[in-house]
Amino acid sequence: MTDWSSYAPADFLLFSPRVYERLFEIHNAAWWPAHLVALAAGAAVLASVLRPTPFACRAAFAVLGLAWLFVAWAWFFDRYQTINWAAAYVWPFAAVEGLLLLAVAAAPHAPAFARPPGLAGWLAVAVLGFAIGAYPLAAAISGRAFDAAQVFAIMPDPTAIATLAALAVAEGRLPVIAMAVPLLWAVITAITLATLGWPDWFVAPALAAVAVTCAVVLRVGGRGVVNPR
Amino acid sequence: MDRRTFLTGSAALAAAGSLSLLNSARVSSATGVADRVARKPIPSSGEMLPIVGLGSWITFNVGNDPVLLDECTNVIGAFLDGGGRMIDSSPMYGSAQETIGHALRKLDRAKQVFSTDKIWTSSESAGPGQYAETQAKWGVETFDLMQVHNLLAWEEHLDMLAEKKAAGEVRYVGVTTSHGRRHGELEQIMSSRPIDFVQLTYNIRDREAERRLLPLAKERGIAVIVNRPYQRGALIRAFAGKPLPLWVGEIGATSWPQFLLKFILSHPAVTCAIPATTRVAHVRENLASAIGELPDKAARTRMANYAGTL
Repeated sequence: MTDWSSYAPADFLLFSPRVYERLFEIHNAAWWPAHLVALAAGAAVLASVLRPTPFACRAAFAVLGLAWLFVAWAWFFDRYQTINWAAAYVWPFAAVEGLLLLAVAAAPHAPAFARPPGLAGWLAVAVLGFAIGAYPLAAAISGRAFDAAQVFAIMPDPTAIATLAALAVAEGRLPVIAMAVPLLWAVITAITLATLGWPDWFVAPALAAVAVTCAVVLRVGGRGVVNPR
Repeated sequence: MDRRTFLTGSAALAAAGSLSLLNSARVSSATGVADRVARKPIPSSGEMLPIVGLGSWITFNVGNDPVLLDECTNVIGAFLDGGGRMIDSSPMYGSAQETIGHALRKLDRAKQVFSTDKIWTSSESAGPGQYAETQAKWGVETFDLMQVHNLLAWEEHLDMLAEKKAAGEVRYVGVTTSHGRRHGELEQIMSSRPIDFVQLTYNIRDREAERRLLPLAKERGIAVIVNRPYQRGALIRAFAGKPLPLWVGEIGATSWPQFLLKFILSHPAVTCAIPATTRVAHVRENLASAIGELPDKAARTRMANYAGTL
């Protein structure tokens, strides 16, 4: 019988900080300049939240869905799995998240974003803007090479946070369900980075907590969710 | 003390070392260091094995990063140049098996290695398939030692490995545990099964194995591989900056890593320790611990007492 209390998170960490950082660098080098397209797509999601129209909402969910499908394949399946066999159990969840968001985009009555969002909504928008525009700076601020930055739709952390923030200001039940996978990833990445000793380990879970709080406030308060159809 | 600072000391020790309590390796080496690495016999066969091996947990899990693969290749090259033979891995260790295979192909030295790996699956039927995958990753036909990792489905896997040993596909079989877990079950296996090797955690701060497992291994003629000799570097960090005893030269050590490793290697029941590293300098330092005299019983007591005061 395994005594699980004798295990620490470090016992499950298969790689060193240097290997993980270099994996980020190699991944970024392999996909550059796709980052520019990804950032443009992220900016489009932000614009859709700020100026929601039926088409813009559908387009935003489609972008998020495609981002997750890309991350599922390019990062979890093709890259991360080379140093962590557990990624084999993660990429299907990321792929399902992508398909779920695409389904949301294609639904006959696609959920809309909040308008005007109110304080909680504006906080969520700020988190979305941070995930898309400022998240790459986290690596540099934490002392890692800028080449190892995480970019929306290329890497999982900013993709998860941007998704949570966008879903926070979206109406309906499907967006709530779609928050599960990015929320789970925010917890996993926090444990991973904390175990590696990276000082920015708290960024993803903190932003995720803000986004989820915003979602709860908006839904419980019932404020700011206006369907633009 | 930074392990890097030991480089000079280890070279001096290697040059000066003339006494080996045990048989010396006869591996040709340009430096001559390899000839002085101590060996101990595998009890079940009498085959001599260098007492310092090379682990691969975390250190060799580098994916397909070409820079890191080259670094690992250099580490394995230095290990073999220095007279080491046992390299240990597991399917659990990410890409470590592929890294070892990459290095051995690049160095063309697969025959020099005492290839050591594990079966790590809770599925009884998946064992043979995993063995074949491990063979392919290493690029070896016959494994010197195949162990059941962390006692996972050990009864079924040991039966499978016994068949492979009888068929000449594996030379030795064993079981492993770490972190001091499941010692009761390990003792039961050692008492009842015809295993050649057992792998466990033992170091100057974790001496639980001394109570029953190490004496039992000696009694049953089972070779002992010690994993986590530095507790993944934590022991070295714990002693760094603290003074080495004035009598450290008497045990042939010049640094804390050597002090800690010599304590393990000098236990009569221990056959081999497998520190893991990503640095050539550390490999050389570890191998230098196997050169020269190993502490006797009185010296071991002195070492433990001194470490206990810090």
